[in-house]
Amino acid sequence: MILPPSTIGSPKAAPASTQEPGWVKWLLIGVAGLFAAVFLLLPLINVFVQAFSSGLGTYWQALRDKDTVSAIELTLLVAGISVPMNVVFGVAASWAIAKFEFRGKAVLLTFIDLPFSVSPVVAGLMFVLLCGVNGLMGPWLQAHHIKIIFAVPGIVLATIFVTFPFVARELIPIMEDQGREQEEAALTLGAGGWQTFWHVSLPSVKWGMLYGIILCNARAMGEFGAVAVVSGRITGLTDTLPLRVEKLFNSFDPAAPFAVATLLALLALVTLGLKTFLEWKSRGEEGPG
Amino acid sequence: MNYSRGPAKSNPLPGFGLTLGFTVLYLSVIVLIPIAALALKALHLSWQELWRLATNPRALAAYELSLGAALVAALLNAGFGSLLAWVLVRYRFPGRRLLDGLIDFPFALPTAVAGLTLADLFSAHGWLGWFLVPMGFQGAYTRLGVVLALTFVGLPFSVRTLQPLLENLDKGVEEAAAMLGAGRRRTFVSVIAPTLLPAVLTGFGLAFARGLGEYGSIVFISGNLPRTEIAPTLVVARLENGDYTGAIGVALVLMVFSFVLLFTLNWLQGWSSKFQRP
Repeated sequence: MILPPSTIGSPKAAPASTQEPGWVKWLLIGVAGLFAAVFLLLPLINVFVQAFSSGLGTYWQALRDKDTVSAIELTLLVAGISVPMNVVFGVAASWAIAKFEFRGKAVLLTFIDLPFSVSPVVAGLMFVLLCGVNGLMGPWLQAHHIKIIFAVPGIVLATIFVTFPFVARELIPIMEDQGREQEEAALTLGAGGWQTFWHVSLPSVKWGMLYGIILCNARAMGEFGAVAVVSGRITGLTDTLPLRVEKLFNSFDPAAPFAVATLLALLALVTLGLKTFLEWKSRGEEGPG
Repeated sequence: MNYSRGPAKSNPLPGFGLTLGFTVLYLSVIVLIPIAALALKALHLSWQELWRLATNPRALAAYELSLGAALVAALLNAGFGSLLAWVLVRYRFPGRRLLDGLIDFPFALPTAVAGLTLADLFSAHGWLGWFLVPMGFQGAYTRLGVVLALTFVGLPFSVRTLQPLLENLDKGVEEAAAMLGAGRRRTFVSVIAPTLLPAVLTGFGLAFARGLGEYGSIVFISGNLPRTEIAPTLVVARLENGDYTGAIGVALVLMVFSFVLLFTLNWLQGWSSKFQRP
């Protein structure tokens, strides 16, 4: 064997060649950090700085404006209806899909994902074509004095559409991983169907479910395109917070749209915080078990 | 068809009929019937009419910008997103956890706020615009602004598709390549990069699809100008003018784009799963 002794003997040789040289590493970190600073950190900080640029008084005034308050209320109402609806759907869909075998499951899964690949604007248009004055159900709805488009029900429907897959998508893989053994054991031991569901199935997916709920909620409160199309943007009546931001933006008051935007940015920060917490939590529980 | 009876023989769990029934009903009301409404409304139009509306010069310009901007943004994300994923997985440095947490920020931030703050940052009086605009980099109220906004909203897709794959990458393969005499650059190009390629392509596709449908952030950064009009903006503009048929034409084209992408992505994910260890 004729090998240069330096390469066999040196303990440094092998690890050194599975790593980049130090300057490459720090260059890569630098470029990635700069990109993240420009695209992620600066936009976030800028929201708050601009919001307070005209002073704290102007900030509070912008938030206490009655149309802004009604936008906050509407946003909470819409999320308060659409998120629970999608949670119930997510639980039902994941139970059927993860615990049972049936024909057409793949098609069902594709349909559940569909709202993610439809442009929100197109989603809004669909509801206008269905429930609007000239829509398919328009004449019937008008005859019964039901207003959906340019009213709260339309905003709720559009929001449910765009946030449709969030909870189901989180729950299906987790429930599939859990299998059926625990539920079967509970049933054999005499537990009823609901009992088994509440005490066995639900606790084991709770973190995943919460994860889906916060993502669903963030999107529900922040949706713009779909809601813009169906809401009619009636100030004080059908403006959600994101629509309110746009209206203030067009009014050329420099600080007001940012003041309202801080509420949505805070929502994003809380969402990120909870998300990180849940990821840490579910990782911790997986570890020893 | 009775679903509830069939599987029950081998499966003692209750509630199949109820949950599947509810799932199908809810899916139909929220998703399928609205899609059918769009399809039915489109069927009322003649093919020539639909074709004319979907392909008039204004619509063509909007598709061009939509596709072009989404493509450039997805390419930027494929590059910088892969770099971010690599840096986050392979290196330890101060602020790494913060950076990792920030990656999902575009998912969590309402797009209206993203558009608002990006338009301000890149405008002539903004923190980035005051020196970029004199250099000729007009990031607000231009086509470039559209690209910037789409880059922002698509960023998490690239990073988050690649990250788990990088974490599970078998370091033994790299060590073997190094032992066999490959330099670090060669190991990266011929051993690591080919394994990552399918995930990078998937992330690219997801970011591209997201970009094609995006509307909220564009409203703010495009400045509502004719030359910055993208397809979703055109749908809204036509709707606001009461031009329902015109909106339907563009919407159908957008749907075709997204379905083609959806199928390509499904195929890509099937392909990339072959490269992942169980």
